[in-house]
Amino acid sequence: MERITKEQIRHVANLARLELKEEEIAHFGEQLDDIIDAAEQLNELSTDNVEPTSHVIDVRNVMREDKTKPSLSNEDAMRNVPETEKGQVRVPSVLE
Amino acid sequence: MEAFDYSLKELHEQLVNKETTIEKLVRQSFDRIKEVDEKVGAFLTLDEENAIARAKDLDKQLENGELDEGNILFGLPVGIKDNMVTKGLRTTAASKILENFVPVHDATVVEKLRDAGTVTVGKLNMDEFAMGSSNENSAYKIVHNPWHLDYVPGGSSGGSAAAVAAREVPFALGSDTGGSVRQPASYCGVVGLKPTYGRVSRFGLIAFASSLDQIGPMTTSVEDNAYVLQKIAGHDERDSTSAHVEVPDYLAALTGEVKGLRIGVPKEYLGEGVSEGVREKVVEALEVLKELGAEWEEVSIPHAKYSLSAYYMLASSEASSNLARFDGIRYGVRHTGDNLIDTYKKSRSEGFGDEVKRRIMLGTFALSSGYYDAYYLKAQKVRTLIKQDFEDLFLKYDVIIGPTAPTTAFKLGEAVDDPMTMYVNDILTNQINLAGVPAISVPCGLSEGLPVGLQIIGKHFDEATVFRVAHAYEQATEHHLEKPQFKGGADS
Repeated sequence: MERITKEQIRHVANLARLELKEEEIAHFGEQLDDIIDAAEQLNELSTDNVEPTSHVIDVRNVMREDKTKPSLSNEDAMRNVPETEKGQVRVPSVLE
Repeated sequence: MEAFDYSLKELHEQLVNKETTIEKLVRQSFDRIKEVDEKVGAFLTLDEENAIARAKDLDKQLENGELDEGNILFGLPVGIKDNMVTKGLRTTAASKILENFVPVHDATVVEKLRDAGTVTVGKLNMDEFAMGSSNENSAYKIVHNPWHLDYVPGGSSGGSAAAVAAREVPFALGSDTGGSVRQPASYCGVVGLKPTYGRVSRFGLIAFASSLDQIGPMTTSVEDNAYVLQKIAGHDERDSTSAHVEVPDYLAALTGEVKGLRIGVPKEYLGEGVSEGVREKVVEALEVLKELGAEWEEVSIPHAKYSLSAYYMLASSEASSNLARFDGIRYGVRHTGDNLIDTYKKSRSEGFGDEVKRRIMLGTFALSSGYYDAYYLKAQKVRTLIKQDFEDLFLKYDVIIGPTAPTTAFKLGEAVDDPMTMYVNDILTNQINLAGVPAISVPCGLSEGLPVGLQIIGKHFDEATVFRVAHAYEQATEHHLEKPQFKGGADS
């Protein structure tokens, strides 16, 4: 237990752009501790000479010609944007 | 008989022989949904008006003799899991953050089905962003198992499995990252396939774990399943991980012949944690296959016990990255804060449910500086060992068989806030995603009134053999003909 401190949970939440309440920090902290504790089991295995698998089938870089094709209209692209202005995405200020 | 007690081929013949019309079939689907879905909760969004208009159009094509008789799916109603985008039809992935999201394009599978002439009746409930094994993580409503309404339908494609089991639609699409098609198929007594990774395009599938996700058909028979895979499989230039591998004639594979077939049965799949009722049904199924001329022997998947941890590390890591796009800026629900970062945080914290937050946190942790090698890279290396276990077995065996899930469906509410207990549901399915091989779940009987699923696993891109074995077994038994009785619920 206590593999992960509350401070770490706050740090990870910030990286993940999540705002957690105090009770969530405690609750998730305990649960993540359990999950990570179980994952320690993987250390039983020696994997020094094992290549990692990121994709199970042989996938190489897939290239295509850099040609323009029909794409979404501005109207369609903006259809789901919560706040727009003159056909653009409106966001809160980035710089103070 | 109910409208959808018929096979897809029989429904097609009814259309060809003018015993029914597409409009009638589509209306029958909506009638059935109105009759039972209040109890089942399989659908999140219905598209009745458009579906009936499309049915009328397709009926006109039929009248004009524009029917390709080889195209079995023409005019048939279908339900789509709500993590596949449908142009003009709300797609939420069962999350609050996409409550108002109306896609501007179709997923490739949706486009392919539409080109085949199917009629989408609506979008199916699921665990939020496909994260869950009970469908209790939907932000909107839970799904009840049609066999017994007090039990979970499984997840994350619980709505798809329940809708097919309850005969609300003759077939549906689900998606499977760690068992999300097969486990609910098992719990609801239907047929569910996870194809080989790369067999079906993922374009337009809202990504959970991109190296594991596959879309698969959910049906009431193996033959129906083969018809659907035939239509949705194949390379797609919009998904560069979809494979350039020829799609064979899956229907031609359904020969009923399994003489001399070599079956490996991993001892880990019938060992500790697997309930007696499930074990019994699986052993009975193996005896059926033996009588049909197949041979089976016990084998081992040495790294099987490590798959659960490796899977949750990898799937959560990929999820934390994939779900970064949901920030309330370009689509979805925005909760405005004091500045941009604050807006991201508010939108995501209001928009995501607990299980999604938990997995994003786990994945972000596993990928964070100082922990990457110990958790993420370690899990990727263990993935290699698990994949090798399967490759070794397939040198000697044609298929690997075991149960789909260690138990039958459990009661609603039993495991909802206990992640480790919930995760164990995937223990027999998630290693198949890690290895990338195809696997199907077919009904193999009831244990205490609830369905048990038999899992048949094949070599990479060898869905044909998986179908052949599943079909031979199904034709020799009558388990797939048993239907749910909607026991339990508030009335009981």
